[in-house]
Amino acid sequence: MLDFSILIDHKKEFLAGFLTTLEVSLLALVLSVILGIVLAVMKISPLKMLKGLATAYIEFIQNTPLLIQIFFFYFGLPAVGIQLNPFISGTIGLAVYSSAYIAEAIRAGIQAVSHGQVEAGRASGLTYLQTMQHIILPQAIKVVIPPLGNQFLNLVMGSAILGSISGKDLMYYGDIIASDTFVVFDVYIFVALFYLILTVPLSLFIHHLERKLSASD
Amino acid sequence: MDFIGAYSANNLFYLLKGFLVTIEVSAYSIILAFIIGTLMGIIRFARVPLLSQVVALYVGLIRNIPLLLVFFFIFFALPEVGLKTSVFTASVAGLTLYASAMLCEVVRSGLNSIPKGQIEAARASGLSYVSTVRYIVLPQALKRMIPPIMSECTSILKGSSLAIVITLPEMMRSAQIIYNYNVKFVIPIILMVAILYFIVNFTLSFFARKLEKRLTIS
Repeated sequence: MLDFSILIDHKKEFLAGFLTTLEVSLLALVLSVILGIVLAVMKISPLKMLKGLATAYIEFIQNTPLLIQIFFFYFGLPAVGIQLNPFISGTIGLAVYSSAYIAEAIRAGIQAVSHGQVEAGRASGLTYLQTMQHIILPQAIKVVIPPLGNQFLNLVMGSAILGSISGKDLMYYGDIIASDTFVVFDVYIFVALFYLILTVPLSLFIHHLERKLSASD
Repeated sequence: MDFIGAYSANNLFYLLKGFLVTIEVSAYSIILAFIIGTLMGIIRFARVPLLSQVVALYVGLIRNIPLLLVFFFIFFALPEVGLKTSVFTASVAGLTLYASAMLCEVVRSGLNSIPKGQIEAARASGLSYVSTVRYIVLPQALKRMIPPIMSECTSILKGSSLAIVITLPEMMRSAQIIYNYNVKFVIPIILMVAILYFIVNFTLSFFARKLEKRLTIS
């Protein structure tokens, strides 16, 4: 049987870790959506240079592990005189990683809107950016929300890496409590439960959205 | 930053040793996860009573907890209940558990994408259910599954870097040992690890695209 007294005795730590995990994931989501929109618009822009740059970024980030990206910001940057705390390097690392996936999702969403609308927008005298902002992006959002939700899910789970750079998240406190109480099994089950509190409702919600979306087509 | 010092023959050789461990752990995990994931996917697709629900619960659980936690749990928590494993086994087990859940979903949705009419037609022509799945559904579904399976292979390769937390001597661990020795090596070595990862994963996805193209033509 699980030893629930550990949960009660250390509720402060569990809660603090839980909140950090949530905070980092939310912050990284906002950053990566901003970065993702910029990358997506670059990738479908008629300018070859911008397109190439966005493609290179996306390919490179998608094909390297998140751990390396976070380690680069936490262990690498101090070598050139930039010292970031674990929270910030974790958030930036997560945002950089996630932005590559979000950019692809947004690009797919934009391309789901028929190309005739871009031409119509341009023909009515709107600039390329105005067409994107007022015509294409608002329609693309509908298609983009489920993959965005999935990315948020990945961010929550990916943020566990913070624990290994002493980022004071759920994993970090789990580690501390486990070495404090000498009970590893129960502590990690509790940590898992805290993650599930965040992720399961989110998964169910995304699933629901995906169903609704495919039904409306 | 000291690129020349960081890329000394000794350091590169040491990094390569880690690289081989990364590849080895990933290869074992890919093969095992593919077998287990396919079996679970078929169980879900065929709605085998009870088993299907158990698999659904397993997949739902694994997909909603971090891989890092799975590694920790296998390596640090399971010995408490008498299941002690080596670092290598724990790494392969963690990646396999994780990736098989993802592959189960890939296989299930791939199988579901085949129109039900084909299954009925095959059954009506006298094929057994197993033969129908084996000869009619699977070959067609496999084609559609290639891209997601390949991206799962990439995920496994990338995920193996997380086994650093249970001190698997994979590439990122080698990198850490090298740059802990000299702080000027951090950026060059991390960059080199990223490039090696990129080469492997990019090659994988390149061949996946080629394979997909060839299969769609046929």
